[in-house]
Order: sequence, then structure tokens, then C-alpha cells
Amino acid sequence: MTTNILTTRRDFLVGSAAATGALVIGFTLTGAARYAQAGTAAPVPLAPNAFLRITPDGQITVICGLSEMGQGVHMGIAMLVAEELDADWKRVRLEQAPADPAYVNPMLRMQGTGGSTSIRGSWEPMRKAGATARQMLVRAAADTWGAEPADCRTQDSRVVHKDGRSLGYGELVEAAAKVPVPTDAPLKDPKDFRILGQGLTRLDTPAKVNGSAGFGIDTRLPGMLTAVMAHAPVPGAKVASVSDAAAKAIPGVRQVVHIPQGVAVLADGYWPALKGRDALVIKWDDGALGGLSSETISKSLADATTRPGKVARNEGDVSAPAAKTIEAVYEVPYLAHACMEPMNCTAWVRAGEAEIWSPTQAPGPHQAIVAQVTGLAPAQVKVHTTYLGGGFGRRFAPDFTIAATLLSKAAGAPVKLVYTREDDTRAWFYRPAAVTRFTASLDGNGNPVSLTARVAAPSIMLAAGFVKELPEGIDDPAVEGIKDCPYAFPNLRVEYAQTEPGVPVWFWRSVGHSQNVYFLEAFVDEIAAAAGKDPVEFRRSLLAKEPRLRGALDLAARKAGWGTPLPTGMHRGVAIASSFGSYVAQVAEVSVDSTGRPRVHRIVAAVDCGRTVNPEIIRRQIEGAIVYGLSAALYEKITFKDGRVEQGNFDDYPMLRINEMPRVEVHIVPSTEAPGGIGEPGLPAATPAVINALFAATGKRVRKLPV
Amino acid sequence: MISLSINGKTVQVSAAPDTPLLWALRDELDLTGTKFGCGAAICGACVVHVDGQPTRACSTPIADVAGRQITTIEAIHETRIGQVVQAAWIRNDVPQCGYCQSGQIMSAAALLAKNPKPTDADIDAAMRRNLCRCGTYNQIRAAIKDAATALGA
Repeated sequence: MTTNILTTRRDFLVGSAAATGALVIGFTLTGAARYAQAGTAAPVPLAPNAFLRITPDGQITVICGLSEMGQGVHMGIAMLVAEELDADWKRVRLEQAPADPAYVNPMLRMQGTGGSTSIRGSWEPMRKAGATARQMLVRAAADTWGAEPADCRTQDSRVVHKDGRSLGYGELVEAAAKVPVPTDAPLKDPKDFRILGQGLTRLDTPAKVNGSAGFGIDTRLPGMLTAVMAHAPVPGAKVASVSDAAAKAIPGVRQVVHIPQGVAVLADGYWPALKGRDALVIKWDDGALGGLSSETISKSLADATTRPGKVARNEGDVSAPAAKTIEAVYEVPYLAHACMEPMNCTAWVRAGEAEIWSPTQAPGPHQAIVAQVTGLAPAQVKVHTTYLGGGFGRRFAPDFTIAATLLSKAAGAPVKLVYTREDDTRAWFYRPAAVTRFTASLDGNGNPVSLTARVAAPSIMLAAGFVKELPEGIDDPAVEGIKDCPYAFPNLRVEYAQTEPGVPVWFWRSVGHSQNVYFLEAFVDEIAAAAGKDPVEFRRSLLAKEPRLRGALDLAARKAGWGTPLPTGMHRGVAIASSFGSYVAQVAEVSVDSTGRPRVHRIVAAVDCGRTVNPEIIRRQIEGAIVYGLSAALYEKITFKDGRVEQGNFDDYPMLRINEMPRVEVHIVPSTEAPGGIGEPGLPAATPAVINALFAATGKRVRKLPV
Repeated sequence: MISLSINGKTVQVSAAPDTPLLWALRDELDLTGTKFGCGAAICGACVVHVDGQPTRACSTPIADVAGRQITTIEAIHETRIGQVVQAAWIRNDVPQCGYCQSGQIMSAAALLAKNPKPTDADIDAAMRRNLCRCGTYNQIRAAIKDAATALGA
């Protein structure tokens, strides 16, 4: 079932994928030097590629096309470039790039930030960018001295000759800018890294503690109007009638604008716009989804798991004879992202050009859709990516950018569209609700014989427009985390029953892993219990072919003191997950109070994410993802009645607070493997570790979230 | 016009008297460091000081604070405690997305002004109404203790 919102979204994403597809091949280091230089007064800086600029004063500016939403990507990119450049770190600053094909994320094949791809995709290209500039600076110094480059080394933004002479990078900029850009600059041996692997303080921290960091919502333009919109209360609902007389009577209200997404009040600031919006009297035609309720959704998902689905993985024969069978059904609700900065975008559509100031994870696709909506060419659309007050996948979606663009076009003025918290919560981009039915069997000695999983969930790939039909009927995000079950069950079958209740769904931190790892790891704990085996030992015994997961499990178990006595009332649970190229194990320590509510006291996590860029950021991302997961496990749900979302603000969509925060220890497995992702991998194992600890505490298995 | 005393300066604001202080700051006075999170005094992103007391600007009409001393994140460094708290926030590299941090810092500075050596329970009580979606709570706690130590030194 589709809606206007979805149709628009699908066209946008398909269109933008087509628009960027041809340019992917053009991902080169030299492609956008013009942007690095644009607007800079003479003398010309050294800007051998799109990713850095060195000026004669020695200032090094790293230009990042990825979006900073808290995950530390600006810092990571700056460190990668600075390492190979041998930069004086104190002279490195970071600049946000415009939307431009030069900044396409090679893993996503569009200029977007998501899927924990930033460091994985940038590890080589950004180091290459720094190494290229370094080689040019060395060449320039050698030429100045009449020396051989081989006799020169670099250190802290200086080229140093073996006889002791040296020149600073700033002094070399003019000569280096004339050196042909090399294509073969060698990369360092990792043993020579002096910046990578260090827990340096983030470059964006000072601006984020003095209020000066510019988020999307902070955008102000001369003549700008602020818009607050009455959004459709049900997906696909249409306006039947509007009375806007009361809204227009409010001082400061300038215009009431109708767009397909809703009815917006444009005013001289948020407060009159909100009052105006709330004064609109709108009758909605709810459309086909007006009867939607969480009860019917839940039932449709559960029913779907009673019928055979499409086969996502099949090994051996799950009907092989066994001594004991275990069955369980797990369920999770829809979830909102609840970024602290409500969705917003500022757009200014003019004749022949447009600009947006957007806290977006997807500057490239958003540029493409603004072009589509305005009839302009993408190059006529300038995208200013601001800081993002949280992203978590939500800010890949284009709804706020589309609506702001349409409003500016209609109003003939710059317009900042701001969602209220309630608008944000009810904006229909949810982590899917899902139900999974498991069956496992054991032989007479408690050894596993088979595992069968049948997953019922809607398809994110279809909702997002990333595919037009599901390959072999399988939505990868719906089954990830179960389909790639790491345990060596002799017979294993995973099926997918696509179920579309009609609620628009979207990517949410760690995507399918967010629910599927909970399902699998809680059920594996059930199997271990049925087999009478220790949860860590049982997992270890099935991970012979998964050395990195087993390594993480061993480290977490050792650091947590698995098997050692705990104070009375405290209980442990364990879970593991591999996602986005990283391997994580977590041990949770939990107690239950007299009312039956759980309290999470401590989480010990071990992560193998390959080589590290900044171990402090890694620790914070794992910790932050754990909190995000625990908030969902303990509190969060989006429910529907009469087609409408029942939650609105942080009172009925609560999250973990400081007084509930567990101690978190993150241990990093030393590794020389290529980097893995880090923004999402900490999330999946957190929930099942806690749920398994609750089982240890109470003997009851929580099979439906929130707890 | 309503006369407000903000960061030591008297300013005239033309917004309607029922306008929350948050929107006068952000939309009229260009002080955007104070953030909008919930509009309902739940999340703490908008905390400012009114006569030294932590106050939710999103739910405080400007008519109620006329003539009172308002301090925002932009000027908190002018107090010794504010300066120490901000330095501790940097030392502990607290922020991730950073959106809630203005409010966190304003709440922490108010706590330390009243209670220079807060216990964990004191920190919980003072900070539990400041939400952080990135999960920086342990770093916030560490930074408050760090600031308390620095203030006592």
C-alpha cells in the first residue's frame, strides 16, 4: 500500500540513484579541486583534491562531504587526512563540503552518511588525499633545495632534509601548488601511524559547548519566514476542508500555504507560526489507513509467521530427527528515531537557483530531489549541510527538505520549516514492527540439531525506493541479523514473510539488526537453557568458524568476570552481534526491583572493529548505541489507533535518563584487519544481553518489547 | 515591547507577551545556542538561568521574566563556574551530536553553583530532566565531577 509521502520518496530516491550512478565511476581525488579553491582570495592555496586545502599561513582545512550527526565523522576524516599528510594536528580544521559528486560515499554510491560506512569507505581515499598533498610538498621542498625527495622526511607540517634544513608546509604552498598532482603517493605502514589510533579530542567539541555550533534549526536568513505545518494525521490522508481565518488573524502570521504534505502556516518566527498552525481547523479524509490499529498490525505479523515464507537461507534439513524441540515467538513494535533536534529545513527557491540549509544525512539525494521539485538542474541547487542534532537514519529521509522547498517556492521567500516534537514523533518514518517465530531442536545430549526462523516484517528497501521489487522475495534489512546467524547449526532455515500493514518504514540505527539480533540472541539463550548449558560456553561451541566474534565474546566474558559470583540480586546476560563489518559481545548486569522493573547496572562490551581511527570515539559510539538500544528495549513503542500515532512527546515516548544510565566499559580487540563500522554495531547486542540477564533474574523470557 | 535583561544587557523585544523566552532568544535576538527539543519542559535542551535558577525557556513566557536577569549558554563563560564547566566538558570530550549540550551545561552550572560537591544522587536529581539521545550521560557525570574538583582546587 502506498501513500503520497511514499510515492514522492520513492521517485526521489530512484531518481537520485540514477542521477548519481554515472558519477560514481568518477569518484576521483582530483575531481573537485575547484570547490576547494572556490571563493578563496589569492594567494592560491594548495588544493590538490576535493578534500583538503593548505594556505600559506600553514592552516590545513580538511573538507568533508559526510554529515556530522554526533558519530564523530568529521574527526575521523580529519585524522585520516592529517595522518598521511604528517600534519601538525593543531593546525587542522574541518569544513563541511557542499553537495557535489566529488563527495559521493563510495560504499553507498551517493553523497550520504549511513550504514556505518564512513570510515570503511574513507579509510583508503582520505589517506590517499593526504599522502598526495604530502608528496607534492616534499617535491616542492626538494626542488627548492635542489635535493632529492628521498632525502626528505615530513613531520608536524614541515619537510625536513636529512642535513637538518626544513621548510614549513605554509612556506611551500606556492611551489607545491605548481607540482603535478601525483596519482601514486604511497601510504604509510600502519606501524608508523602517529595520529590514527589516538583518542584525540574532537574538533567540534568547543563549538558544541559554547552554543555556537550551527544546527539546521539555527539557520536564519534575511526575510525568512518560519513554517509550522499541519501534517497528515494518517499516511495518505487528504485535506477535505480548511478554515484558516483564525490562523490568519494571529499577529505575525503571513501566509497559509497548502502543499501535498499538509497545510503550513508561515509567520515571523516559530511561536506565531505554531499558534497559527494550531488555530487551523482542518477536516481530513483519512483514506485507506484510517482504521489502522496496533492490534490488527500485531495479529497480521503473527499470522504471517504461521505460513511458509520466502527462503532466505537453507542449509541441511531442519526436519532432521531430534530428541527435543523448542519454539518461541518474538515481537517488537514500530519505533521513532526521536532525534533531539526536531526535523527542519530552510529552503530558498529563487529564479533559476535554489539553496537549502538542511541537517541531512543525504546531501546528494536531497540536492537531487530539490532539483526535481523545483524543475532546476542539480548543479543549480546549493546544499548547505549543517550539524545534525542526531540522525540515526531518520535524516536520510527527504520529507523535511521536500516540504521546505515547496513552501519556499510557494511563498516566494526563504522558509524555515520546523517540526514540533509531536510532528517529529508522528512523521511516519519508523523502524518496522516485526514478529519472528523460531523452532530449534536438540539431540539427546543437548547438542543443537536445527534452527528455523520465520520473520514477518515490512520491507524497508521497497519503502525507501531502493529497489522496485524484492530480489527473490527477500528484504535484506528484514532478515539481517538472523539470515547471517553465525552459529554452526547443522540444519538451518530462515524464511521471510513480507507483511505490509501500510505504515511507512525507514532505516533506524542498526536497521534489521536492531530487532533480529534481539530475537536470535534471546532465542539462542533459550536453546542453551533447554540444553542445560552455560550461555557463554554454548555460544562458543558453535562459533568455531567465527574467530572474531568468538574473540569478542571471550574478551567481554573475561572482563565481565563471567562465571564469578555477583552480589545478591544481580544477574548476568550475554549476547553477541556482527554487523556493519564489526564484531561485538556484551555482558549486562541487571537487577529487578520490587515492582518487577529491571535496572541495568553495568554493561561490559568488547568490540573488534579492525584498525582504529580514534578509540575514544569508538568507545563513545558503542556506549551511545547501547543507550539507544536500551531506551527502545525498556520504553519505546509507536502504536496506532484509528490510523493515528498515539505517542507525541518525550513524556509518552520516553528514553533512558542519566539516573538510569548503567556503567559501560568498552574493550577494543587489537586488530590489524580493515576498519569496520562503529556508529551502529554497539546497538544490536545490548537488548538481548539485558533480556537474557532478566531471564537469569526471573526465569521469565521477555519475548515482546518494550519490557 | 517587553524589556528583558539578557546576558547583562537590556534589550527590547517586540514578540507577543505569551511568547516563550526560547523563541524570543532564538528568533528575535539571534541567540540560537539555546535549543528547542520538546516545547513542553520535558527534555531540558532549552535551559537558561533566570536570576541564577535553571529555567525551561520553552515554557516560560517573556512577560514572566521581564526585568529579571537572564543568562544563556552564550554568556555562561562570564561566570567562573560556567567557564570551569565548559572547560570540563571539553576535557572530557562530552558532546556527540551536541544538540542537548547547551541545556546540559546550563543545568550543570546551576547545580554546581548551589552544590559545589555533588554526589551521584545529587547529579541524578539535578540532571535527570535533561535528555541526551546520543547517550553521553556517563561523560556528563564525569565532567560535572571534574568541574567540581577544579572549582574546589
